[in-house]
Amino acid sequence: MLFFSYFKDLVGKEVTVELKNDLAIRGNLHSVDQYLNIKLENTRVVDQDKYPHMLSVRNCFIRGSVVRYVQLPPEGVDVDLLHDATRREARGG
Amino acid sequence: MSIGTGLESLVDQTISIITNDGRNIVGVLKGFDQATNIILDESHERVYSTKEGVQQLVLGLYIIRGDNIGVVGELDEELDAHLDLSSLRAHPLKPVIH
Repeated sequence: MLFFSYFKDLVGKEVTVELKNDLAIRGNLHSVDQYLNIKLENTRVVDQDKYPHMLSVRNCFIRGSVVRYVQLPPEGVDVDLLHDATRREARGG
Repeated sequence: MSIGTGLESLVDQTISIITNDGRNIVGVLKGFDQATNIILDESHERVYSTKEGVQQLVLGLYIIRGDNIGVVGELDEELDAHLDLSSLRAHPLKPVIH
């Protein structure tokens, strides 16, 4: 649940989602659900010349199971808060 | 897109799906469920290659199992109308490796 809450706090920020097929999609985080499925708005593929497969897509839904990395804006990470929350979770709530 | 993570806002719209085996299937979203299983009507596959332009294969009514779905994109009809698929050359997408 921790990362679900964490991603919910990032809604509205610009992120880059790298998929397990090497495709990287940049866009504004619109929403996230319990499976960490991600919806992005105003998307563009990072290397459009190599990957023109999504040229006419501006909003997309990415299945959580195919996400390799989510690149976050630097100001989107409160390391201390995340540390505390992780420890709390490890202790069992 | 409306609030919420489901695909309800895309029902009856044209969507572009990227599957885990690297295929690109375009069609009209008719239904979906929790596991991202998807019903696509009037669907076709867009086959990318470096040798020739994009080929479109007619598939018709399809159900795609959620396990095999990577990305569901809302196809912007206007942007798509301006795409010249016959001159678009690219390697097919790589399969997803978990």
